[in-house]
Amino acid sequence: MNTTVNLAGVTLKNPVMTASGTFGSGMEYGEMVDLNKLGAVVTKGVANVPWPGNPTPRIAEVYGGMLNAIGLQNPGIDVFLERDVPYLKQFDTKIIVNVCGKTTEDYIEVVERLADAPVDMLEMNISCPNVKEGGIAFGQDPKAVEAITKEVKKYAKQPVIMKLSPNVTDITVMAKAAEAGGADVISLINTLTGMKIDVNKRCFAIANKIGGMSGPAIKPIAVRMVYQAANAVKIPVIGMGGIMTAEDALEFILAGATAVSIGTANFHDPYTTEKVVKGIEEYMEKNGIDDIGQLIGAVR
Amino acid sequence: MAQVKTTAVVASQEKIADDIYSMWIEAGEIAEKCVPGQFISVYTKDKSRLLPRPISICEADKASGKLRIVYRVVGGGTEEFSGYRAGDTIEIMGPLGNGFPLGEKSAFLIGGGIGIPPMLELAKALKAKGVSQITAVLGYRDQLFLNEEFQAYADVYVATEDGSVGTKGNVLDAIRANGLKADVIYACGPTPMLRALKAYAQENHMECWLSLEEKMACGIGACLACVCKSKEVDSHSHVHNKRICKDGPVFAAEEVEL
Repeated sequence: MNTTVNLAGVTLKNPVMTASGTFGSGMEYGEMVDLNKLGAVVTKGVANVPWPGNPTPRIAEVYGGMLNAIGLQNPGIDVFLERDVPYLKQFDTKIIVNVCGKTTEDYIEVVERLADAPVDMLEMNISCPNVKEGGIAFGQDPKAVEAITKEVKKYAKQPVIMKLSPNVTDITVMAKAAEAGGADVISLINTLTGMKIDVNKRCFAIANKIGGMSGPAIKPIAVRMVYQAANAVKIPVIGMGGIMTAEDALEFILAGATAVSIGTANFHDPYTTEKVVKGIEEYMEKNGIDDIGQLIGAVR
Repeated sequence: MAQVKTTAVVASQEKIADDIYSMWIEAGEIAEKCVPGQFISVYTKDKSRLLPRPISICEADKASGKLRIVYRVVGGGTEEFSGYRAGDTIEIMGPLGNGFPLGEKSAFLIGGGIGIPPMLELAKALKAKGVSQITAVLGYRDQLFLNEEFQAYADVYVATEDGSVGTKGNVLDAIRANGLKADVIYACGPTPMLRALKAYAQENHMECWLSLEEKMACGIGACLACVCKSKEVDSHSHVHNKRICKDGPVFAAEEVEL
């Protein structure tokens, strides 16, 4: 049985990866999960300098999901290169570094610092809804998506994934803009913007007022967008949004995703990633599928 | 001290005050490893509620492999837990967090409301360590719980907001009214209480350890949801945000901004 997938020349042992921001750099979950079993670990966003993130409360539970506005707290590229990359290199998995910034120059600075690092791919976070500058500001305008993709591609030594925001009118426009800018892969969806109000305290549930919604409640929206994006571009698509089980992951794959990311489910069950890998294998076995490639985009 | 996530079995459960429940759980591995001040993540069976509820460990009986949690029903998740009966399964992860550092000095164990339960295991541990003077100061809104169980390990003083039992007012009022003294403070409770104790400890040059809480998602230090402002640069992001779930929940009072 062949579960390997190819993302812009990078071969993953299976299509299951982590979603940026939910898994740190693997160090905490690595105490519980065998990272060798995963197709790739996608790190939490890394900026050129440390970011303190937003005030608390940063999260709130909502029906079938959660809102978060962490605000991309991260240690910056220096600590990341010194501490997190060597940690991840101990494992037989691919390393995908999520990059965030406030300006195009910030992104390029991080990309340049990663040029000689032993990491496999770069994912550009142009879709975080929780920071005032950068993030989603780049991801909601097709001209800006194309422009930043082009700039990053000039400096990147590794294949570039552009992570798209679902908070747009037409996801295919953004997918095509990333492709036109030279993106090697696109990933989607980042969180949907949402709000929760505490009626007893009469205040917003999270300090940032607006947060990004994730979890199984958003999965049908994510599957629809992955399907539309995969049919709009020729480059591979990484699908995510509310995956809790292997069946959920298979929906994304059948919709056209070459790989999938597990995010919020890690909070509910830290072993989800490994369980999804196993579940996909069991599905293939049961249905006589020799190669996972036969499933990618098989529903049209 | 790696945590485990496990399907444990409820040994018993009883309601001990309005909305306050006491549950014993058969969880040998966690009971064996845990120290006073640590907590567990408790997961609901209702899959519309995804995030674990962090609940402090009230007691750990290492001999029988049982853990006790005492918690308040505040929403749908804890309401589900309150319906569990002996023999039901319960999804938990732990032990989590750092716990209280055990010294040998005379100690105030100060709990406010649902911050009282973790002080019980701490009282047991300090007594076992031979600390000669252990004073528990427990603050309640009105109804008392666990106060009698502290008597085996500590001198117990109570404050109630309505004055129905003990000193009328808060835990500091009880300390002052009774002229109590100690060298070190261990405390868990609402933020205004912790803030007042931090100031009290500073004025009196006392060592002071505070257990904090915040909304959590992962419970193991990865998601950075439950941070608090810290004086020192934190080890994770090298900013001033310590993770309550991983670097805490217990911090030296002078280390955190409240």
